[in-house]
Amino acid sequence: MQEVLKKKSAEKRILAPRESRKTIGNINVQNPRMVCRNVDVYYDDKQAIRNVSIDIGRNEVLSMIGPSGCGKSTFLRCLNRMNDTIDSCRVTGEILFDGKDIYDSSIDVVPLRAQIGMVFQKPNPFPKSIYENVGWAPKIHGLVESKAETDELVESTLQKAGLWNEVKDRLDQPGTGLSGGQQQRLCIARAIAVSPEVILMDEPCSALDPIATAKIEDLIDELREQYTIVIVTHSMQQASRVSQRTAFFHLGDLIEVGTTENIFTKPSHQLTEDYITGRYG
Amino acid sequence: MSSVAKKPSTGASGGSGRERAIDIVNRRLAKRYRVEKRFRFYGLCSIIASVVFLAVLLTSIVGNGYTAFFQTYIKLDVALDATMLDRADPGGSDYQGIIKKSINKLYPEVEDRRSKRELYALFSSGAAFQLRNTVMENPDLIGTTVTLWVPADDDVDMLMKGHIKRDVPESGRRLSDKQLGWIDRLAVEDRIEKRFNVTFFTAGDSREPELSGIWGAVKGSFFTLLITLVLSFPIGLAAAVYLEEFAPKNLATDFIEVNINNLAAVPSIVFGLLGLAVFLNFFGMPRSTPLVGGLVLTLMTLPTIIIASRAALKAVPPSIREAALGVGSSKMQMVSSHVLPLALPGMLTGTIIGMAQALGETAPLLMIGMVAFIVDVPGGFTDPAAVMPVQIYLWADSPERAFLERTSAAIMVLLAFLILMNATAVVMRKRFEKRW
Repeated sequence: MQEVLKKKSAEKRILAPRESRKTIGNINVQNPRMVCRNVDVYYDDKQAIRNVSIDIGRNEVLSMIGPSGCGKSTFLRCLNRMNDTIDSCRVTGEILFDGKDIYDSSIDVVPLRAQIGMVFQKPNPFPKSIYENVGWAPKIHGLVESKAETDELVESTLQKAGLWNEVKDRLDQPGTGLSGGQQQRLCIARAIAVSPEVILMDEPCSALDPIATAKIEDLIDELREQYTIVIVTHSMQQASRVSQRTAFFHLGDLIEVGTTENIFTKPSHQLTEDYITGRYG
Repeated sequence: MSSVAKKPSTGASGGSGRERAIDIVNRRLAKRYRVEKRFRFYGLCSIIASVVFLAVLLTSIVGNGYTAFFQTYIKLDVALDATMLDRADPGGSDYQGIIKKSINKLYPEVEDRRSKRELYALFSSGAAFQLRNTVMENPDLIGTTVTLWVPADDDVDMLMKGHIKRDVPESGRRLSDKQLGWIDRLAVEDRIEKRFNVTFFTAGDSREPELSGIWGAVKGSFFTLLITLVLSFPIGLAAAVYLEEFAPKNLATDFIEVNINNLAAVPSIVFGLLGLAVFLNFFGMPRSTPLVGGLVLTLMTLPTIIIASRAALKAVPPSIREAALGVGSSKMQMVSSHVLPLALPGMLTGTIIGMAQALGETAPLLMIGMVAFIVDVPGGFTDPAAVMPVQIYLWADSPERAFLERTSAAIMVLLAFLILMNATAVVMRKRFEKRW
């Protein structure tokens, strides 16, 4: 693949110079699910994200790539206000969801996070049974009333997550007793159990082996039909396999946005090219 | 040496003049193991030292104290003369007189007043109470002769237990030659024997060692600790959860944290003074009561519980919190469903350590009057009461030889309760510590 990329970049394309920090590419999509404009994120005085603007479309997988410390995880955690738990974190700019700024004082984070779910880097199932892992969130939101409803939801959710056949006989067993890949799929099941609109995934496969990774990638592909997915990943292969659009971050700036195909075959920025050809990062 | 280490040979042969890395490692190996061995030796030494000290302590307490679980009783035939007892009002009779008459019948040859007083001194003043209770329970006994085992005086008890030596001159011991003779005659007639000391486990404090017991103090401690537990556990838990999970991290919370840590180290007598000033003088609560004792010990225990609970909450991995928040749970739901269950074992351990500390606390209770001499076994939270450590202090302060063994016996009872509480802590931790 790198050979091909080198050949393509050798073609006469004019790349933006390394010094340029302005976002290249089309940040807009038609009928966006979320709209981010001029987002800045600070940890105390240190600025982690600078002036990022991007649209997130419906039923698409948007991958965010970039070297470590570039701010892609920070930005992802802004999208459902998980950064609220960090006292020193401050977010400015606007992030619109359903046309409303999610950082507006009138927005309640509880229903917001029910609509924008999250899957974390390390599988973190609750130290409870598999059944409770999936059934707890719908219960606290009042999505299910009776035991029968919960049973049904747990089954359909686990089926969606492709985990049902593996765990149907041991739903009362602890979720932490599953293998790493199963745990992560359980976490995905937990996230989709409350029927969110958007699922944020923060390097969901970084702790998994290739087989478990492949299963999760297949799952992401299926879930795209119903949900919008934003995924942060360190693996460029993964980004190219699962996503339709890709955003490249570098040191807190959004350097380039485009269709995944374009980013990986015809990058327009020197930094993007350097990164995807493995010259650094 | 580092210059050598920098250029280890890669060849298997070692090379000329060059040292292989493995040789350097091997040379230091012996020293590394020596350090470990020495440390293990020190560790073992300290364990052995603590075990020896503990053994000495326990042997001395048990050795001194076990005799208190037995008490000397004397068999007395009491003629319940109908002329001396009023059937209609048996409580008002002169039981002391009846006992004295029975004693006289046992030793008809003793006639002068001084000798009689010495003779009566062999029997505990509790004998009259025992007789009164017997008659009150069963008035039909009036007119008959009953055989009673009445408690002997503590001096007789000490003689029987070998604490009064017969070979010291008469002026140097608490029993005269004459009294020794009477006791020997009782022994020959099988009228004196050591029995299990039920009184010790059923009575409150008393001026007479043979009539004193630990039960009043046990009940006092129970009521006091109940108040302490009921107040300090929920308050401490709520404070810890609020500070750890909800409070903003700012100067005010830092200030509170410093103060809580300080309070945990404040000498307990200061809490006693505070209780005296606030609960007794300002609120006018009854002094010497478990209610006030419990309140004071609550103040003292709270910092311990809060600190232990916060440590337990801190130990809950943040990923669990993120997982709960990530599916849109409120903070309260996150805490009650996921954080608290994981932190509970640590919280319970902290609470029980705090309670054990409170059980052994003396100084603050002296300040609120729980050091008073209280004979009655307390029936509730507002009855004057003693607690076990204060009882130990009071008995240790008494001159009678018989109180010495009771002091040790009381310590044994206290230790038994401490072991029970700490064992409960272990069991509870095991039960709740369902690590998935």
